[in-house]
Amino acid sequence: MSVSHPALRLIDVHRTHGGGEAAVHALRGVSLEVFPGELVAVMGPSGSGKSTLLNVAGGLDRPTSGQVVIGDTDLTSLDARALAKLRRRRVGFVFQDYNLIPSLTAAENVALPLELDGERARPARRRAREALGLMGLMELADRYPDAMSGGQQQRVAIARALVGTRRLVMADEPTGALDSHTGEEVLRVLRQRCDEGASGLLVTHEARYAGWADRVVFLRDGVVVDSTGSDRPEQLLHAAR
Amino acid sequence: MSVKFGLLALLATEPMYGAQLRSEFEARTGGTWPLNVGQVYTTLGRLERDGLVESVGEPDEEGRIAYRLTDSGEATIRTWWTAPVDRSETPRDELVIKLALAVTVPGVHVAHVVQVQRAATVRHLRDLTRLKAQAPPGSDARHEHAWRLVLENHIFAAEAEVRWLDHVEADLARSSSRARPVPAGERPGRDSVPSRSPQSI
Ligand SMILES: Nc1ncnc2c1ncn2[C@@H]1O[C@H](COP(=O)(O)OP(=O)(O)O)[C@@H](O)[C@H]1O
Ligand SMILES: [Mg+2]
Repeated sequence: MSVSHPALRLIDVHRTHGGGEAAVHALRGVSLEVFPGELVAVMGPSGSGKSTLLNVAGGLDRPTSGQVVIGDTDLTSLDARALAKLRRRRVGFVFQDYNLIPSLTAAENVALPLELDGERARPARRRAREALGLMGLMELADRYPDAMSGGQQQRVAIARALVGTRRLVMADEPTGALDSHTGEEVLRVLRQRCDEGASGLLVTHEARYAGWADRVVFLRDGVVVDSTGSDRPEQLLHAAR
Repeated sequence: MSVKFGLLALLATEPMYGAQLRSEFEARTGGTWPLNVGQVYTTLGRLERDGLVESVGEPDEEGRIAYRLTDSGEATIRTWWTAPVDRSETPRDELVIKLALAVTVPGVHVAHVVQVQRAATVRHLRDLTRLKAQAPPGSDARHEHAWRLVLENHIFAAEAEVRWLDHVEADLARSSSRARPVPAGERPGRDSVPSRSPQSI
């Protein structure tokens, strides 16, 4: 495996919701790669297919045609059980509404994907605490979601999305419900995790948050119409002129 | 005019030499407005002529002259702090001019101009964000605060530009779909009601 093996690859992905007269072509031939350590932002108007793209990329939804490859695994070859297992081990989702389980503490929420994957509660919770500690969130470990601010809940959600062997996070408008300072704190954590080797797709409509990503792809009517290109300085110079 | 008021504001804290004024100004604005010493002395000259600053005694052994505010200079800077900045004299922005011309000059692919600019502005935004994520080298907490404030101003401006470009693009798409049946040669209607910036809810 080469150093620059992509963590996620979408190859000519189409996704049509519904059928017949009512069919909506949410994605129409999207190709995209995300490398380890990369945070890629997705921008586009409402209805352009951003959420569909994230759901398909993270295995929550299946493409109508095309391939989604996470690491070396082609998701289209997996049955429902295998897909669910891959999600538990490889991919985490972060949504606008935090999505923490209200009856569980922060540490229990973070431990959940590990326990669902068969790990025993005690070691899973110990690992969850470690993960929270590394992100500077130790003081939240025993709090319930309703005793945390939105920004705190969202940072716990990021911890959960990247706990254990998970290295890929799909964040759909994670800052949508937050003020600009808190939103920035959340992006800082996401950025930090990617700098440590994780990979992420971040949907946002605010350019200020897209500024935390390495690259931005612009989606229009299910098609990537533009991208800020790679990060390499010679290409930047070329593109800037 | 920011250099003039910048120097007056600094001199209100204590008398300073030209070189000192320059480094203080740059430290407090995050190096976003580099000044050369010549600019500083030209401005000091004008301020002295207008009776807003005066030299403090004779030049020192290195030939440096320290300046301080006069009473009139003090009054001027007090007024500046309390009065709003005049926004009626908007600076000419090359991008606005470029797009205004692009929609009127035949043969320019406006959507392409918008796209190229948006990608460039987002890249700029990313560079600003990276700068902000690092602390400025070797400066104290107050300077760091000033530096962050200046950077954030650039970040918000870039964000506003991206939103405006999205808006221009959506408007363009609307007017070109409305204008399709119109005979070639006629410009798409510029009277169309501006659509809202496309954003997810
Ligand atoms: N489950 C679904 N069934 C039918 N249509 C859907 C479904 N999900 C999304 N769509 C449609 O697909 C298009 C893209 O939606 P979405 O991916 O949610 O866009 P975005 O996140 O950019 O707002 C929209 O036209 C939306 O109405
Ligand atoms: Mg969406």
